[in-house]
Amino acid sequence: MDQALKDLGEYIQAALPHDVLETRVALGELMVSVRTDSILRVLTFLRDDTNCLFKQLVDVCGADYPGRDQRFDVVYNLLSHRHNLRIRVKVATDEATPVPSVAAVFSAAGWYERETWDLYGVFFADHPDLRRLLTDYGFEGHPMRKDFPLTGHVEVRYDEVEKRVVYEPVRLTQDFRSFDFLSPWEGTDYVLPGDEKAKGGA
Amino acid sequence: MAEAQIKNLTMNFGPQHPAAHGVLRLVLEMDGEIVERADPHIGLLHRGTEKLIEYKTYLQAVPYFDRLDYVSPMCQEHAFALATEKLLGIDVPLRGQYIRVLFSEITRILNHLLNVTAFALDVGAMTPFLWAFEEREKMMEFYDRVSGARLHAVYFRPGGVGRDMPAGLAEDIMAFTETFPKIVDDMEALLTENRIFKQRCVDIGIVSAKDAYDWGFSGPMLRASGVPWDLRKAQPYDAYARMDFDIPVGKNGDCYDRYLVRVEEMRQSLRIIRQCIEQMPGGPVKVDDRKITPPPRAEMKTSMEALIHHFKLYTEGYKVPAGETYTAVEAPKGEFGVYLVADGTNKPYRCKIRAPGFAFLQATEFLTKGHMLADLVAIVGSMDIVFGEIDR
Repeated sequence: MDQALKDLGEYIQAALPHDVLETRVALGELMVSVRTDSILRVLTFLRDDTNCLFKQLVDVCGADYPGRDQRFDVVYNLLSHRHNLRIRVKVATDEATPVPSVAAVFSAAGWYERETWDLYGVFFADHPDLRRLLTDYGFEGHPMRKDFPLTGHVEVRYDEVEKRVVYEPVRLTQDFRSFDFLSPWEGTDYVLPGDEKAKGGA
Repeated sequence: MAEAQIKNLTMNFGPQHPAAHGVLRLVLEMDGEIVERADPHIGLLHRGTEKLIEYKTYLQAVPYFDRLDYVSPMCQEHAFALATEKLLGIDVPLRGQYIRVLFSEITRILNHLLNVTAFALDVGAMTPFLWAFEEREKMMEFYDRVSGARLHAVYFRPGGVGRDMPAGLAEDIMAFTETFPKIVDDMEALLTENRIFKQRCVDIGIVSAKDAYDWGFSGPMLRASGVPWDLRKAQPYDAYARMDFDIPVGKNGDCYDRYLVRVEEMRQSLRIIRQCIEQMPGGPVKVDDRKITPPPRAEMKTSMEALIHHFKLYTEGYKVPAGETYTAVEAPKGEFGVYLVADGTNKPYRCKIRAPGFAFLQATEFLTKGHMLADLVAIVGSMDIVFGEIDR
Protein backbone atom coordinates (compact mmCIF):
# COMPACT_ATOMS: atom_id res chain seq x y z
CA MET A 1 0.00 0.00 0.00
CA ASP A 2 2.72 2.43 1.01
CA GLN A 3 4.74 1.54 -2.07
CA ALA A 4 1.76 2.19 -4.35
CA LEU A 5 1.28 5.58 -2.74
CA LYS A 6 4.97 6.42 -3.01
CA ASP A 7 4.95 5.50 -6.69
CA LEU A 8 1.84 7.56 -7.26
CA GLY A 9 3.41 10.53 -5.49
CA GLU A 10 6.50 10.32 -7.69
CA TYR A 11 4.33 9.96 -10.77
CA ILE A 12 2.37 13.09 -9.92
CA GLN A 13 5.55 14.97 -9.12
CA ALA A 14 7.01 13.97 -12.49
CA ALA A 15 3.86 14.84 -14.42
CA LEU A 16 3.40 18.27 -12.83
CA PRO A 17 6.90 19.40 -11.91
CA HIS A 18 6.05 23.12 -11.77
CA ASP A 19 2.93 22.77 -9.68
CA VAL A 20 3.83 20.22 -7.03
CA LEU A 21 5.91 21.49 -4.13
CA GLU A 22 6.17 18.36 -2.04
CA THR A 23 4.82 14.82 -1.80
CA ARG A 24 4.91 12.86 1.39
CA VAL A 25 3.64 9.48 2.57
CA ALA A 26 2.89 9.32 6.28
CA LEU A 27 0.72 6.89 8.26
CA GLY A 28 -0.21 5.16 5.02
CA GLU A 29 -1.63 8.32 3.48
CA LEU A 30 -0.34 10.35 0.58
CA MET A 31 -0.11 14.11 0.94
CA VAL A 32 0.71 16.37 -1.99
CA SER A 33 1.28 20.04 -1.41
CA VAL A 34 0.91 22.22 -4.47
CA ARG A 35 1.16 25.88 -5.50
CA THR A 36 -1.96 27.84 -4.75
CA ASP A 37 -2.56 29.05 -8.29
CA SER A 38 -2.19 25.58 -9.83
CA ILE A 39 -4.84 23.83 -7.77
CA LEU A 40 -7.27 23.74 -10.70
CA ARG A 41 -4.75 22.12 -13.00
CA VAL A 42 -3.66 19.60 -10.36
CA LEU A 43 -7.20 18.50 -9.48
CA THR A 44 -8.19 18.23 -13.13
CA PHE A 45 -5.13 16.08 -13.73
CA LEU A 46 -5.87 13.91 -10.70
CA ARG A 47 -9.45 13.43 -11.84
CA ASP A 48 -8.76 12.56 -15.46
CA ASP A 49 -5.38 10.86 -15.60
CA THR A 50 -5.73 7.08 -16.03
CA ASN A 51 -3.23 6.34 -13.28
CA CYS A 52 -5.10 8.54 -10.82
CA LEU A 53 -8.84 8.69 -11.61
CA PHE A 54 -9.66 10.45 -8.35
CA LYS A 55 -13.27 10.87 -9.42
CA GLN A 56 -14.59 11.97 -6.09
CA LEU A 57 -13.80 15.04 -4.07
CA VAL A 58 -14.61 13.78 -0.62
CA ASP A 59 -13.90 16.86 1.39
CA VAL A 60 -12.44 20.36 1.35
CA CYS A 61 -11.54 22.04 4.59
CA GLY A 62 -9.41 24.77 6.02
CA ALA A 63 -6.85 24.72 8.80
CA ASP A 64 -5.34 27.67 10.59
CA TYR A 65 -1.68 27.98 11.61
CA PRO A 66 -1.36 31.57 12.87
CA GLY A 67 2.40 31.25 13.34
CA ARG A 68 3.04 30.88 9.65
CA ASP A 69 3.42 33.54 6.97
CA GLN A 70 0.65 32.00 4.91
CA ARG A 71 -1.51 31.09 7.83
CA PHE A 72 -4.19 28.96 6.16
CA ASP A 73 -4.08 25.53 4.62
CA VAL A 74 -6.87 24.45 2.33
CA VAL A 75 -7.01 20.67 2.33
CA TYR A 76 -8.66 18.65 -0.45
CA ASN A 77 -9.33 14.96 0.20
CA LEU A 78 -9.89 12.88 -2.91
CA LEU A 79 -10.89 9.28 -3.42
CA SER A 80 -10.25 7.03 -6.39
CA HIS A 81 -12.77 4.20 -6.59
CA ARG A 82 -10.91 2.59 -9.46
CA HIS A 83 -7.57 2.30 -7.70
CA ASN A 84 -9.01 2.26 -4.18
CA LEU A 85 -6.66 5.03 -3.07
CA ARG A 86 -6.98 8.28 -1.22
CA ILE A 87 -4.94 11.41 -1.68
CA ARG A 88 -4.72 14.66 0.22
CA VAL A 89 -3.87 17.84 -1.66
CA LYS A 90 -2.89 20.96 0.23
CA VAL A 91 -2.46 24.57 -0.70
CA ALA A 92 -1.36 27.41 1.56
CA THR A 93 -2.81 30.90 1.55
CA ASP A 94 -3.39 33.96 3.73
CA GLU A 95 -6.30 36.32 4.42
CA ALA A 96 -5.72 38.34 1.27
CA THR A 97 -4.76 35.77 -1.36
CA PRO A 98 -7.71 34.10 -3.09
CA VAL A 99 -7.61 30.38 -3.92
CA PRO A 100 -9.05 29.41 -7.32
CA SER A 101 -12.36 27.65 -6.84
CA VAL A 102 -12.54 24.06 -8.04
CA ALA A 103 -16.33 24.01 -8.30
CA ALA A 104 -15.98 23.74 -12.06
CA VAL A 105 -14.00 20.50 -11.70
CA PHE A 106 -16.02 18.91 -8.91
CA SER A 107 -19.59 20.05 -8.29
CA ALA A 108 -19.21 18.87 -4.71
CA ALA A 109 -16.68 21.63 -4.04
CA GLY A 110 -19.37 24.33 -4.01
CA TRP A 111 -20.56 23.99 -0.46
CA TYR A 112 -17.25 22.83 0.95
CA GLU A 113 -15.64 26.03 -0.27
CA ARG A 114 -18.52 28.09 1.05
CA GLU A 115 -18.00 26.46 4.42
CA THR A 116 -14.26 27.15 4.35
CA TRP A 117 -14.94 30.78 3.44
CA ASP A 118 -17.47 31.02 6.25
CA LEU A 119 -15.35 29.44 8.96
CA TYR A 120 -11.87 30.63 7.98
CA GLY A 121 -12.30 33.60 5.67
CA VAL A 122 -10.34 32.01 2.86
CA PHE A 123 -11.53 33.65 -0.33
CA PHE A 124 -12.21 31.48 -3.37
CA ALA A 125 -11.89 33.18 -6.73
CA ASP A 126 -14.51 32.45 -9.40
CA HIS A 127 -16.79 30.64 -7.01
CA PRO A 128 -20.34 30.67 -8.41
CA ASP A 129 -22.05 31.47 -5.12
CA LEU A 130 -19.72 32.37 -2.27
CA ARG A 131 -22.08 33.11 0.61
CA ARG A 132 -21.86 32.15 4.25
CA LEU A 133 -23.13 28.67 4.93
CA LEU A 134 -23.16 27.52 8.54
CA THR A 135 -23.18 30.67 10.64
CA ASP A 136 -26.12 32.92 11.42
CA TYR A 137 -27.53 35.46 8.97
CA GLY A 138 -25.51 38.62 9.43
CA PHE A 139 -22.71 36.92 11.35
CA GLU A 140 -19.40 38.74 11.55
CA GLY A 141 -15.99 37.12 11.73
CA HIS A 142 -14.68 33.68 10.90
CA PRO A 143 -15.22 31.41 13.89
CA MET A 144 -12.77 28.58 13.22
CA ARG A 145 -9.76 30.87 13.20
CA LYS A 146 -7.50 30.23 16.13
CA ASP A 147 -7.77 33.86 17.27
CA PHE A 148 -11.58 33.74 17.39
CA PRO A 149 -12.68 33.11 20.99
CA LEU A 150 -14.53 29.88 21.75
CA THR A 151 -17.35 31.81 23.38
CA GLY A 152 -17.85 34.08 20.38
CA HIS A 153 -18.66 37.79 20.54
CA VAL A 154 -22.47 37.94 20.65
CA GLU A 155 -25.22 35.99 22.31
CA VAL A 156 -28.95 35.99 21.59
CA ARG A 157 -32.05 36.00 23.74
CA TYR A 158 -35.73 36.65 23.24
CA ASP A 159 -36.67 40.10 24.44
CA GLU A 160 -40.11 40.18 26.00
CA VAL A 161 -40.44 43.96 25.58
CA GLU A 162 -39.35 44.23 21.97
CA LYS A 163 -41.03 40.90 21.10
CA ARG A 164 -38.07 39.73 19.06
CA VAL A 165 -34.71 38.03 19.37
CA VAL A 166 -31.97 40.50 20.30
CA TYR A 167 -28.20 40.21 19.94
CA GLU A 168 -25.99 41.30 22.82
CA PRO A 169 -22.28 41.11 23.58
CA VAL A 170 -21.39 37.88 25.40
CA ARG A 171 -21.47 38.29 29.19
CA LEU A 172 -19.96 35.42 31.12
CA THR A 173 -20.70 35.09 34.82
CA GLN A 174 -17.48 33.16 35.09
CA ASP A 175 -14.47 33.58 32.83
CA PHE A 176 -13.90 30.84 30.31
CA ARG A 177 -11.17 28.66 31.72
CA SER A 178 -8.85 26.78 29.46
CA PHE A 179 -6.97 24.44 31.72
CA ASP A 180 -3.34 23.79 31.04
CA PHE A 181 -2.60 20.21 31.93
CA LEU A 182 1.06 20.21 31.00
CA SER A 183 2.75 18.21 33.68
CA PRO A 184 5.18 20.26 35.81
CA TRP A 185 7.40 17.18 36.03
CA GLU A 186 7.94 17.21 32.29
CA GLY A 187 8.95 20.86 32.27
CA THR A 188 6.72 23.87 31.67
CA ASP A 189 7.42 26.92 29.58
CA TYR A 190 5.60 29.26 31.94
CA VAL A 191 6.23 30.27 35.56
CA LEU A 192 3.86 28.74 38.09
CA PRO A 193 2.26 31.31 40.42
CA GLY A 194 4.35 31.48 43.60
CA ASP A 195 7.22 29.76 41.86
CA GLU A 196 8.83 32.90 40.41
CA LYS A 197 11.89 32.70 42.64
CA ALA A 198 12.74 29.14 41.78
CA LYS A 199 12.73 29.81 38.06
CA GLY A 200 14.06 33.38 38.04
CA GLY A 201 16.74 32.99 40.70
CA ALA A 202 18.34 29.90 39.26
CA MET B 1 -56.60 37.97 -25.73
CA ALA B 2 -53.54 39.26 -23.95
CA GLU B 3 -51.15 36.63 -22.69
CA ALA B 4 -51.16 36.36 -18.94
CA GLN B 5 -47.82 37.09 -17.33
CA ILE B 6 -46.93 34.35 -14.88
CA LYS B 7 -44.43 35.23 -12.23
CA ASN B 8 -42.35 32.64 -10.45
CA LEU B 9 -43.33 32.18 -6.87
CA THR B 10 -40.70 32.20 -4.15
CA MET B 11 -41.58 29.90 -1.31
CA ASN B 12 -40.12 28.99 2.03
CA PHE B 13 -40.05 25.30 2.86
CA GLY B 14 -39.32 24.78 6.54
CA PRO B 15 -37.50 25.17 8.87
CA GLN B 16 -40.61 24.12 10.83
CA HIS B 17 -42.03 21.64 8.36
CA PRO B 18 -42.59 18.01 9.32
CA ALA B 19 -41.10 16.80 6.02
CA ALA B 20 -37.99 18.96 6.45
CA HIS B 21 -36.36 16.31 8.67
CA GLY B 22 -35.34 18.74 11.35
CA VAL B 23 -34.37 22.27 10.53
CA LEU B 24 -33.98 22.39 6.78
CA ARG B 25 -34.92 25.73 5.30
CA LEU B 26 -35.38 25.57 1.56
CA VAL B 27 -35.97 28.69 -0.45
CA LEU B 28 -37.82 27.48 -3.52
CA GLU B 29 -38.58 29.24 -6.71
CA MET B 30 -41.69 27.68 -8.13
CA ASP B 31 -43.17 27.85 -11.58
CA GLY B 32 -46.66 26.70 -10.71
CA GLU B 33 -45.98 23.40 -8.99
CA ILE B 34 -42.61 22.82 -10.66
CA VAL B 35 -39.41 23.51 -8.73
CA GLU B 36 -37.22 25.91 -10.69
CA ARG B 37 -34.59 26.62 -8.08
CA ALA B 38 -33.96 25.19 -4.64
CA ASP B 39 -31.60 26.92 -2.28
CA PRO B 40 -31.12 25.09 1.03
CA HIS B 41 -30.25 27.32 3.95
CA ILE B 42 -28.47 25.28 6.56
CA GLY B 43 -26.70 26.07 9.79
CA LEU B 44 -29.76 26.44 11.99
CA LEU B 45 -28.38 23.63 14.14
CA HIS B 46 -24.77 24.76 14.00
CA ARG B 47 -23.17 24.20 17.39
CA GLY B 48 -19.50 24.69 16.57
CA THR B 49 -18.60 21.06 17.24
CA GLU B 50 -15.26 21.29 15.47
CA LYS B 51 -14.26 24.39 17.41
CA LEU B 52 -15.30 22.81 20.71
CA ILE B 53 -13.28 19.69 19.99
CA GLU B 54 -10.16 21.82 19.61
CA TYR B 55 -10.59 22.80 23.27
CA LYS B 56 -11.21 19.28 24.61
CA THR B 57 -8.98 16.30 25.19
CA TYR B 58 -9.30 13.35 22.85
CA LEU B 59 -11.53 11.43 25.23
CA GLN B 60 -13.74 14.43 25.91
CA ALA B 61 -14.23 14.85 22.17
CA VAL B 62 -15.98 11.48 21.80
CA PRO B 63 -19.45 12.54 23.08
CA TYR B 64 -19.62 15.26 20.43
CA PHE B 65 -19.66 12.56 17.79
CA ASP B 66 -22.82 11.02 19.22
CA ARG B 67 -24.55 14.31 18.77
CA LEU B 68 -23.75 14.74 15.09
CA ASP B 69 -25.93 12.20 13.37
CA TYR B 70 -28.05 11.34 16.36
CA VAL B 71 -29.64 8.28 14.75
CA SER B 72 -26.35 6.50 14.16
CA PRO B 73 -24.13 7.58 17.03
CA MET B 74 -21.77 4.64 17.37
CA CYS B 75 -20.61 4.66 13.75
CA GLN B 76 -19.34 8.19 14.18
CA GLU B 77 -17.51 7.45 17.38
CA HIS B 78 -15.98 4.64 15.36
CA ALA B 79 -14.46 7.05 12.84
CA PHE B 80 -12.98 9.24 15.56
CA ALA B 81 -11.68 6.25 17.51
CA LEU B 82 -10.01 4.81 14.40
CA ALA B 83 -8.44 8.16 13.52
CA THR B 84 -7.03 8.62 17.01
CA GLU B 85 -5.79 5.04 17.12
CA LYS B 86 -4.04 5.55 13.81
CA LEU B 87 -2.20 8.58 15.15
CA LEU B 88 -1.36 6.77 18.38
CA GLY B 89 -0.26 3.70 16.46
CA ILE B 90 -2.23 1.20 18.53
CA ASP B 91 -4.33 -1.83 17.60
CA VAL B 92 -7.52 -2.78 19.36
CA PRO B 93 -7.75 -6.37 20.68
CA LEU B 94 -9.85 -8.69 18.57
CA ARG B 95 -12.79 -8.89 20.95
CA GLY B 96 -12.99 -5.11 21.01
CA GLN B 97 -13.03 -5.06 17.22
CA TYR B 98 -15.84 -7.61 17.07
CA ILE B 99 -17.94 -5.70 19.57
CA ARG B 100 -17.44 -2.55 17.53
CA VAL B 101 -18.52 -4.25 14.31
CA LEU B 102 -21.50 -5.81 16.08
CA PHE B 103 -22.71 -2.47 17.37
CA SER B 104 -21.92 -0.65 14.13
CA GLU B 105 -24.33 -3.00 12.40
CA ILE B 106 -26.99 -2.60 15.06
CA THR B 107 -26.56 1.12 14.50
CA ARG B 108 -27.00 0.63 10.77
CA ILE B 109 -30.32 -1.13 11.30
CA LEU B 110 -31.38 1.60 13.73
CA ASN B 111 -30.63 4.24 11.16
CA HIS B 112 -32.16 2.50 8.17
CA LEU B 113 -35.31 1.65 10.09
CA LEU B 114 -35.81 5.29 10.89
CA ASN B 115 -34.97 6.53 7.44
CA VAL B 116 -36.96 4.01 5.42
CA THR B 117 -40.07 4.41 7.49
CA ALA B 118 -39.81 8.18 7.86
CA PHE B 119 -39.47 8.29 4.10
CA ALA B 120 -42.63 6.19 3.82
CA LEU B 121 -44.30 8.61 6.20
CA ASP B 122 -43.27 11.51 3.96
CA VAL B 123 -44.99 9.91 1.01
CA GLY B 124 -48.08 8.95 2.95
CA ALA B 125 -47.61 5.63 4.75
CA MET B 126 -47.94 5.94 8.50
CA THR B 127 -47.97 2.37 9.81
CA PRO B 128 -44.38 1.26 9.08
CA PHE B 129 -43.09 4.18 11.12
CA LEU B 130 -44.95 2.96 14.20
CA TRP B 131 -43.76 -0.62 13.72
CA ALA B 132 -40.19 0.47 13.23
CA PHE B 133 -40.12 2.45 16.42
CA GLU B 134 -41.04 -0.61 18.40
CA GLU B 135 -38.02 -2.42 16.96
CA ARG B 136 -35.77 0.58 17.40
CA GLU B 137 -36.69 0.58 21.05
CA LYS B 138 -35.47 -3.01 21.37
CA MET B 139 -32.17 -2.14 19.77
CA MET B 140 -31.74 0.94 21.89
CA GLU B 141 -32.17 -1.36 24.84
CA PHE B 142 -29.05 -3.20 23.63
CA TYR B 143 -27.32 0.15 23.52
CA ASP B 144 -28.52 0.79 27.04
CA ARG B 145 -27.29 -2.52 28.36
CA VAL B 146 -23.85 -2.21 26.85
CA SER B 147 -23.14 1.47 27.51
CA GLY B 148 -25.77 2.75 29.92
CA ALA B 149 -27.34 5.16 27.44
CA ARG B 150 -30.02 4.68 24.84
CA LEU B 151 -28.71 7.20 22.34
CA HIS B 152 -25.56 9.06 23.21
CA ALA B 153 -23.54 6.03 24.07
CA VAL B 154 -19.88 7.17 24.21
CA TYR B 155 -19.08 3.51 23.87
CA PHE B 156 -16.42 3.30 21.13
CA ARG B 157 -13.41 5.06 22.56
CA PRO B 158 -9.88 5.43 21.28
CA GLY B 159 -8.22 2.17 22.32
CA GLY B 160 -11.29 -0.06 22.29
CA VAL B 161 -14.75 0.12 23.77
CA GLY B 162 -15.92 1.48 27.09
CA ARG B 163 -16.48 -1.86 28.79
CA ASP B 164 -17.16 -5.49 27.95
CA MET B 165 -20.64 -6.66 27.05
CA PRO B 166 -22.70 -7.76 30.06
CA ALA B 167 -23.53 -11.45 30.44
CA GLY B 168 -26.54 -12.57 28.44
CA LEU B 169 -26.53 -9.68 25.97
CA ALA B 170 -25.09 -11.74 23.12
CA GLU B 171 -27.87 -14.33 23.51
CA ASP B 172 -30.53 -11.64 23.51
CA ILE B 173 -29.13 -9.99 20.38
CA MET B 174 -29.05 -13.42 18.74
CA ALA B 175 -32.70 -13.95 19.67
CA PHE B 176 -33.49 -10.53 18.21
CA THR B 177 -31.90 -11.48 14.89
CA GLU B 178 -34.33 -14.41 14.74
CA THR B 179 -37.44 -12.26 15.13
CA PHE B 180 -36.35 -9.16 13.24
CA PRO B 181 -36.51 -10.52 9.63
CA LYS B 182 -40.26 -10.93 10.13
CA ILE B 183 -40.55 -7.21 10.82
CA VAL B 184 -38.63 -6.33 7.67
CA ASP B 185 -40.85 -8.69 5.69
CA ASP B 186 -43.99 -7.11 7.13
CA MET B 187 -42.68 -3.66 6.33
CA GLU B 188 -41.85 -4.71 2.80
CA ALA B 189 -45.30 -6.22 2.39
CA LEU B 190 -46.73 -2.80 3.12
CA LEU B 191 -44.37 -0.80 0.93
CA THR B 192 -42.35 -2.58 -1.73
CA GLU B 193 -45.17 -3.49 -4.09
CA ASN B 194 -47.54 -0.83 -2.85
CA ARG B 195 -48.97 1.03 -5.83
CA ILE B 196 -49.11 4.43 -4.17
CA PHE B 197 -45.63 4.08 -2.73
CA LYS B 198 -44.20 3.11 -6.11
CA GLN B 199 -45.96 5.96 -7.86
CA ARG B 200 -44.29 8.35 -5.46
CA CYS B 201 -40.78 6.86 -5.72
CA VAL B 202 -40.07 5.17 -9.02
CA ASP B 203 -38.15 7.39 -11.43
CA ILE B 204 -38.10 10.27 -8.97
CA GLY B 205 -34.78 11.99 -8.34
CA ILE B 206 -32.65 9.87 -10.66
CA VAL B 207 -28.89 10.13 -10.17
CA SER B 208 -26.49 8.60 -12.68
CA ALA B 209 -23.26 7.05 -11.44
CA LYS B 210 -21.27 9.86 -13.04
CA ASP B 211 -23.25 12.54 -11.24
CA ALA B 212 -23.05 10.60 -8.00
CA TYR B 213 -19.25 10.71 -8.24
CA ASP B 214 -19.25 14.34 -9.16
CA TRP B 215 -21.42 15.38 -6.23
CA GLY B 216 -19.42 13.35 -3.75
CA PHE B 217 -22.19 10.87 -2.93
CA SER B 218 -21.46 7.83 -0.82
CA GLY B 219 -23.27 5.04 0.93
CA PRO B 220 -26.73 3.98 -0.26
CA MET B 221 -27.00 7.13 -2.41
CA LEU B 222 -24.01 5.96 -4.45
CA ARG B 223 -24.88 2.28 -4.43
CA ALA B 224 -28.43 2.91 -5.63
CA SER B 225 -26.85 4.44 -8.74
CA GLY B 226 -25.17 1.14 -9.51
CA VAL B 227 -21.72 1.67 -8.01
CA PRO B 228 -20.68 -1.30 -5.90
CA TRP B 229 -18.64 0.71 -3.41
CA ASP B 230 -18.64 0.07 0.29
CA LEU B 231 -15.79 1.00 2.60
CA ARG B 232 -16.49 -2.08 4.70
CA LYS B 233 -15.37 -4.15 1.69
CA ALA B 234 -13.02 -1.79 -0.13
CA GLN B 235 -11.02 -0.51 2.82
CA PRO B 236 -12.04 -2.82 5.65
CA TYR B 237 -11.47 -1.61 9.17
CA ASP B 238 -11.61 -3.52 12.45
CA ALA B 239 -13.06 -7.00 11.95
CA TYR B 240 -14.99 -6.31 8.74
CA ALA B 241 -12.40 -8.18 6.70
CA ARG B 242 -13.50 -11.39 8.47
CA MET B 243 -17.17 -10.92 7.73
CA ASP B 244 -19.11 -12.48 4.89
CA PHE B 245 -21.80 -10.20 3.51
CA ASP B 246 -23.12 -8.84 0.23
CA ILE B 247 -23.42 -5.28 -0.98
CA PRO B 248 -26.79 -4.50 -2.53
CA VAL B 249 -26.59 -2.28 -5.60
CA GLY B 250 -29.37 -0.39 -7.32
CA LYS B 251 -29.98 -0.03 -11.03
CA ASN B 252 -31.72 3.26 -11.71
CA GLY B 253 -30.56 5.53 -8.90
CA ASP B 254 -34.06 6.74 -8.11
CA CYS B 255 -35.81 7.05 -4.75
CA TYR B 256 -37.21 3.55 -5.04
CA ASP B 257 -33.78 1.99 -5.54
CA ARG B 258 -32.43 3.86 -2.56
CA TYR B 259 -35.26 2.44 -0.51
CA LEU B 260 -34.57 -1.11 -1.76
CA VAL B 261 -30.84 -0.80 -1.10
CA ARG B 262 -31.47 0.24 2.49
CA VAL B 263 -33.91 -2.58 3.11
CA GLU B 264 -31.46 -5.14 1.79
CA GLU B 265 -28.65 -3.60 3.83
CA MET B 266 -30.67 -4.28 6.95
CA ARG B 267 -30.81 -7.96 6.10
CA GLN B 268 -27.08 -8.01 5.39
CA SER B 269 -26.43 -6.29 8.70
CA LEU B 270 -28.28 -9.10 10.43
CA ARG B 271 -25.91 -11.56 8.77
CA ILE B 272 -22.93 -9.64 10.07
CA ILE B 273 -24.42 -9.45 13.56
CA ARG B 274 -24.90 -13.22 13.65
CA GLN B 275 -21.36 -13.85 12.44
CA CYS B 276 -20.00 -11.46 15.05
CA ILE B 277 -21.74 -13.24 17.89
CA GLU B 278 -20.80 -16.69 16.62
CA GLN B 279 -17.14 -15.89 16.06
CA MET B 280 -16.55 -13.47 18.91
CA PRO B 281 -13.40 -14.45 20.79
CA GLY B 282 -12.77 -13.86 24.47
CA GLY B 283 -10.14 -11.58 25.86
CA PRO B 284 -9.71 -7.87 26.55
CA VAL B 285 -11.87 -5.24 24.86
CA LYS B 286 -9.39 -2.37 24.99
CA VAL B 287 -5.68 -1.97 24.61
CA ASP B 288 -3.64 -2.94 27.63
CA ASP B 289 -1.84 0.37 27.88
CA ARG B 290 -2.55 2.33 31.04
CA LYS B 291 -1.36 5.53 29.38
CA ILE B 292 -4.35 5.35 27.02
CA THR B 293 -7.13 3.31 28.61
CA PRO B 294 -8.16 3.58 32.26
CA PRO B 295 -7.53 0.77 34.74
CA PRO B 296 -10.40 -1.40 36.00
CA ARG B 297 -12.27 0.00 38.96
CA ALA B 298 -11.35 -2.91 41.21
CA GLU B 299 -7.65 -2.38 40.63
CA MET B 300 -7.93 1.23 41.69
CA LYS B 301 -9.04 0.19 45.17
CA THR B 302 -5.71 -1.43 45.88
CA SER B 303 -3.14 0.02 43.50
CA MET B 304 -1.75 3.51 43.91
CA GLU B 305 -0.37 3.43 40.37
CA ALA B 306 -3.79 2.61 38.94
CA LEU B 307 -5.25 5.54 40.84
CA ILE B 308 -2.63 7.89 39.41
CA HIS B 309 -3.27 6.59 35.90
CA HIS B 310 -6.98 7.10 36.31
CA PHE B 311 -6.50 10.64 37.59
CA LYS B 312 -4.10 11.60 34.84
CA LEU B 313 -6.27 10.12 32.09
CA TYR B 314 -9.37 12.00 33.16
CA THR B 315 -7.68 15.34 33.71
CA GLU B 316 -4.78 15.66 31.33
CA GLY B 317 -5.73 12.85 28.98
CA TYR B 318 -3.10 11.34 26.72
CA LYS B 319 -0.82 13.09 24.33
CA VAL B 320 -1.08 12.15 20.70
CA PRO B 321 2.06 12.38 18.57
CA ALA B 322 2.03 15.06 15.89
CA GLY B 323 0.63 13.98 12.57
CA GLU B 324 -2.50 14.07 10.50
CA THR B 325 -4.91 11.55 9.10
CA TYR B 326 -8.13 11.31 7.18
CA THR B 327 -9.96 8.23 8.39
CA ALA B 328 -13.36 7.24 7.10
CA VAL B 329 -15.91 4.60 7.98
CA GLU B 330 -18.99 3.41 6.18
CA ALA B 331 -21.61 5.00 8.37
CA PRO B 332 -25.23 4.06 7.59
CA LYS B 333 -25.67 7.25 5.56
CA GLY B 334 -22.41 7.01 3.68
CA GLU B 335 -18.76 7.85 4.11
CA PHE B 336 -18.25 9.53 7.45
CA GLY B 337 -14.71 10.83 7.72
CA VAL B 338 -12.61 12.58 10.30
CA TYR B 339 -9.64 14.69 9.27
CA LEU B 340 -7.63 14.89 12.44
CA VAL B 341 -4.51 17.00 12.93
CA ALA B 342 -2.55 16.37 16.10
CA ASP B 343 0.25 18.64 17.29
CA GLY B 344 1.67 16.48 20.05
CA THR B 345 -0.48 17.86 22.88
CA ASN B 346 -3.49 16.33 24.60
CA LYS B 347 -5.99 18.18 22.39
CA PRO B 348 -6.67 17.87 18.66
CA TYR B 349 -5.29 20.80 16.69
CA ARG B 350 -7.94 20.48 14.01
CA CYS B 351 -10.78 18.04 13.67
CA LYS B 352 -12.76 18.33 10.49
CA ILE B 353 -15.86 16.19 10.30
CA ARG B 354 -16.89 15.02 6.86
CA ALA B 355 -20.58 14.21 7.00
CA PRO B 356 -22.20 12.25 4.18
CA GLY B 357 -25.46 14.18 4.41
CA PHE B 358 -23.68 17.44 3.65
CA ALA B 359 -22.84 16.24 0.16
CA PHE B 360 -26.37 14.92 -0.41
CA LEU B 361 -28.08 18.11 0.63
CA GLN B 362 -25.77 20.19 -1.51
CA ALA B 363 -27.15 18.37 -4.56
CA THR B 364 -30.76 19.22 -3.68
CA GLU B 365 -31.12 21.72 -6.47
CA PHE B 366 -29.56 19.34 -8.98
CA LEU B 367 -31.89 16.54 -7.87
CA THR B 368 -35.15 18.45 -7.61
CA LYS B 369 -34.99 20.83 -10.55
CA GLY B 370 -37.99 20.24 -12.77
CA HIS B 371 -39.73 17.99 -10.26
CA MET B 372 -43.04 18.71 -8.58
CA LEU B 373 -43.12 20.07 -5.06
CA ALA B 374 -44.45 16.78 -3.70
CA ASP B 375 -41.51 14.94 -5.31
CA LEU B 376 -39.12 17.24 -3.54
CA VAL B 377 -40.44 15.86 -0.28
CA ALA B 378 -39.83 12.33 -1.50
CA ILE B 379 -36.31 13.17 -2.67
CA VAL B 380 -35.36 14.90 0.57
CA GLY B 381 -36.78 11.92 2.45
CA SER B 382 -34.78 9.43 0.40
CA MET B 383 -31.52 11.33 0.90
CA ASP B 384 -31.46 10.36 4.55
CA ILE B 385 -30.40 13.70 5.95
CA VAL B 386 -30.01 14.48 9.62
CA PHE B 387 -29.15 18.00 10.55
CA GLY B 388 -26.93 17.16 13.46
CA GLU B 389 -24.18 16.03 11.11
CA ILE B 390 -24.76 18.57 8.36
CA ASP B 391 -24.68 21.66 10.56
CA ARG B 392 -22.23 20.26 13.10
